Amino acid sequence: MHEMSIALAVVDQVSETVRTEPPALAEEVRLQVGELAGVVPEALEFCFGLACAGTTLEGAALHIESVPGLARCSPCAREWATGMPPQLCCPDCGGARAELLSGRELRVLRVRWSDPVPATPATPSRTPREP
Amino acid sequence: MCRVDDLKHDVLAQNNRSAQRLRRELTAGGTTLVNLLSSPGSGKTQLLEAELTHARRGGVPVAAVTADLATENDAERLARSGAPVKQAFTDGLCHLEADMLGRCLTGWLPAHTRVLFVENVGNLVCPASYDLGESLRIALCSVTEGEDKPLKYPSAFGLAHLVVVTKSDIATAVGFDESAFRANVQQVNPGVEIVRTSARTGEGTGELLRRALAVRAGETVHQPVLASGDRTTQPAQPHTHEHAHERGHQHDHGTQRHADAHS
Repeated sequence: MHEMSIALAVVDQVSETVRTEPPALAEEVRLQVGELAGVVPEALEFCFGLACAGTTLEGAALHIESVPGLARCSPCAREWATGMPPQLCCPDCGGARAELLSGRELRVLRVRWSDPVPATPATPSRTPREP
Repeated sequence: MCRVDDLKHDVLAQNNRSAQRLRRELTAGGTTLVNLLSSPGSGKTQLLEAELTHARRGGVPVAAVTADLATENDAERLARSGAPVKQAFTDGLCHLEADMLGRCLTGWLPAHTRVLFVENVGNLVCPASYDLGESLRIALCSVTEGEDKPLKYPSAFGLAHLVVVTKSDIATAVGFDESAFRANVQQVNPGVEIVRTSARTGEGTGELLRRALAVRAGETVHQPVLASGDRTTQPAQPHTHEHAHERGHQHDHGTQRHADAHS
């Protein structure tokens, strides 16, 4: 259950980009999560709400874009959807020299901010650890 | 008015940077880090104790860090080898992170250590996502765990440089289907080598140390297909859109559609 650590890392990364004073409030955070990233989206959504409490992300919506696993065989150039669990041997030639084209993404894509709330003291970003 | 920042930041970038720094520092000091991943009860502590003892007898300076949520039991077992051992407590966290390991090593790692074994928290899910600065990552599986373990935990086995089977002495008794296990490993990690070990009979003892010393000497490790998808995204300068829209107006930013609900 490392989704709490992932959620806290997202909050830290987004908090570091706050450049306004008083700080803007995040309304929506968009994440890219690959099929093979080893992250359970539902667990991440649950943890995200907890990780945002008391930060400039409090109340922000989380939007997760899932990315399918795709691989390409280097010798025969066949491309295929890896599925889960992934099939990483080439389905055509059986070769072991494939390249993963996508599926391992775990990335903050963008953040939408609302207007800063005037006269609000700066909210420190939190960096608690998972219990 | 609202503002949109295109960040494109890898969520694990901070850990990856710390791991790269630790790998550089350790390598510069002549130490190769080995990260051992397995489920609880796979026998990695006993195997590691045998490896440390083997190294000590051969006069190879080794050390070990063992990570657990609680208790110093594993550190006490490993210390019987005579090698320097440190217990890392994760305070309930299900995995080690590079900064945690770095803090654990500071002021403790003996000079001239050639191989540092890190016994990660017994867990095949979470530790797989965290680079610790290792030069050799080993996933272990005991013969009692079932041949389909590599398919159930594809990240742990798919990102390993080497796969180790433990408790091979009871493989027949528990009906371990080695060919099925090998086929499952190859599906998620084509080309990776699989080594059989038994801490009880001594089969394979010294193999982990030998592999680690080979990596230290410059031997190239296996490159997992799954790891080829981990291209590090450098933190980009945030790209900002500033917009004033009518309430509820929708429009596209690049490939994504989103509504700016503020004016």
